[in-house]
Amino acid sequence: MLSFLLRRIVIAIPTVILISIFVFGLQKLLPGDPILAMAGEERDPEVIEFLREKYRLNDPIPVQYLNWIKGVLTGDLGISLRTNQPVTELIGEKLPVTIQLAVMALIFALVIGIPAGILSAVKKGTVTDYIANVVALSGLSIPNFWLGIMLILLVAVKWRLLPASGYVPLSEDFSRSITTMIMPAFVLGTALAATLMRHTRSAMLGVLKSDYVRTARAKGLAERRVILKHAFRNALTPIVTLTALLFGELVAGAVLTEQIFTIPGFGKLVVDAVFNRDYAVVQGIVLVTAVGFIVMNILADAAYFVLNPRLRKQ
Amino acid sequence: MAQPATPQTIDPQSAADPVLSARPENRVWKKFRSHKSAMLGGFLVGFFILMALMAPILPIPDPVATDWGAVRKAPSAAHPFGTDEIGRDVLSRLVWGARASLMAGVVSVGIALLAGVPLGILAGYFGGWTDSVISRCTEALLAAPFLILAIALAAFLGPSLGNAMIAIGLSATPIFIRLTRGQVISVKAEDYVEGAHATGLPTHRILTRYIFPNILPPVLVQATLTIATAIIAEASLSFLGLGQQPPAPSWGSMLNTAKNFLSQAPWMALWPGIAIFLVVLGFNLLGDGLRDALDPREH
Repeated sequence: MLSFLLRRIVIAIPTVILISIFVFGLQKLLPGDPILAMAGEERDPEVIEFLREKYRLNDPIPVQYLNWIKGVLTGDLGISLRTNQPVTELIGEKLPVTIQLAVMALIFALVIGIPAGILSAVKKGTVTDYIANVVALSGLSIPNFWLGIMLILLVAVKWRLLPASGYVPLSEDFSRSITTMIMPAFVLGTALAATLMRHTRSAMLGVLKSDYVRTARAKGLAERRVILKHAFRNALTPIVTLTALLFGELVAGAVLTEQIFTIPGFGKLVVDAVFNRDYAVVQGIVLVTAVGFIVMNILADAAYFVLNPRLRKQ
Repeated sequence: MAQPATPQTIDPQSAADPVLSARPENRVWKKFRSHKSAMLGGFLVGFFILMALMAPILPIPDPVATDWGAVRKAPSAAHPFGTDEIGRDVLSRLVWGARASLMAGVVSVGIALLAGVPLGILAGYFGGWTDSVISRCTEALLAAPFLILAIALAAFLGPSLGNAMIAIGLSATPIFIRLTRGQVISVKAEDYVEGAHATGLPTHRILTRYIFPNILPPVLVQATLTIATAIIAEASLSFLGLGQQPPAPSWGSMLNTAKNFLSQAPWMALWPGIAIFLVVLGFNLLGDGLRDALDPREH
């Protein structure tokens, strides 16, 4: 297990290095010279030279990259041009908000997607299966920001059941924090639920055809037990892997969801940064999400390993 | 000299022949036609394409003409879908907005195909170092979430519909590199490719005559499904203000303004969302149907 994980981590290293080169390259793609913007109206050559020296922009590009990566490795992602706060600090502040949103969304997705997938596989070809498939495909086709707008219109504006927007930290008021987050989490969770449902269905269909399910039925086990204990346990492996891989979708979906419900999280941070041309923040976020995705990938492999006894013995 | 990739040709007379109609193309078409949801998808997509093409000749008001006498008017005979915050006709903006959405879907997937398929073929066919370099870069790009990457690129390129299409296209490229590479590797091992090698056919001929036609079906399916993703991505970027710029109409930017007038003018938010939903559903159904029809295992 340990050697397996180590091997996965070693394989991931070149990928991470490449990502960092891409992210660094983005900054060089930028039209215009940031120093000229910083130097102000007068553009005093001495000031410009001083700033160039200060930010070490006179070094060759590979050296600049090495300087930057040295900072990144020690947790220094640069300074936000907008707030003058370190990017690491900004991300650290916003991340818990988005994590709460993502975890709640994932709960929605799992609670809706997996049972629907099992049901639809067990009842393959029936009306139930058909309806589940139509709902899932619709879930995949609805832009989640529009779903959010419609829910605000109905649930918050018309029925006044839940707050339309805002955020209350968990530590401040637990129940209010959860209630304000229910709608955004549901919106973010629907598309994932649809993906999960479709994968659960196909994994279950594969397993239900297998010999051991036939054997379990032949020896007279209750159908419920056959499905949950024999079939589902075995279909679980690909589902767990997929759930870890949904991380990317969660983060991307969070950007729009947070925008609609004005939640001060990671997604709001990146959108604000984009509009304020706060490139250090954009870079930091792309780097952090990409590395986060790779970590989730490794965890998914590890989960695969743990859940699959055949791999463990090797 | 021309050697057909697959031993089938279609002539109009053979279609009626019961034996000949078992040919792959006919079989695929037959299967596709019997696939109700795929036909529905085709109908939806066709409807929106028609709508986009006919926008200039339809009897609807100018989509950018403002009318201060009719600001945020509820749906009526004059404006079946109502008007927006500066009195523009919502139906008309919806019809013209189809152009931005469909264009974004098709052009960005076109970019992804043009960049991704050749790279995938290179990696899959030649293997070795070429493959390692291309594959590692693909993995690195795939690690950044699709929309985050598109947002970052659009931000660095500057907000416009064209740049949004480039950003979405580049973000979708790794999907096609990976898919093509995998397909090429499996097709390369087939006997007919080995045979072509043995006859001394030059590489570029093997690639265009034997490899390319055989990797096409899965690439086509993926392209159709990616158009759906790209349309949502364009709407998302426009919603964030990074796509189509005002006053030109796009469904995403219509929703962006609509969200500020939810309680006063809910119709502004309703229709663009339904339009995005239907066109995306159409491409998703079409892609699913194509996959079933083209899947050789299902015959």
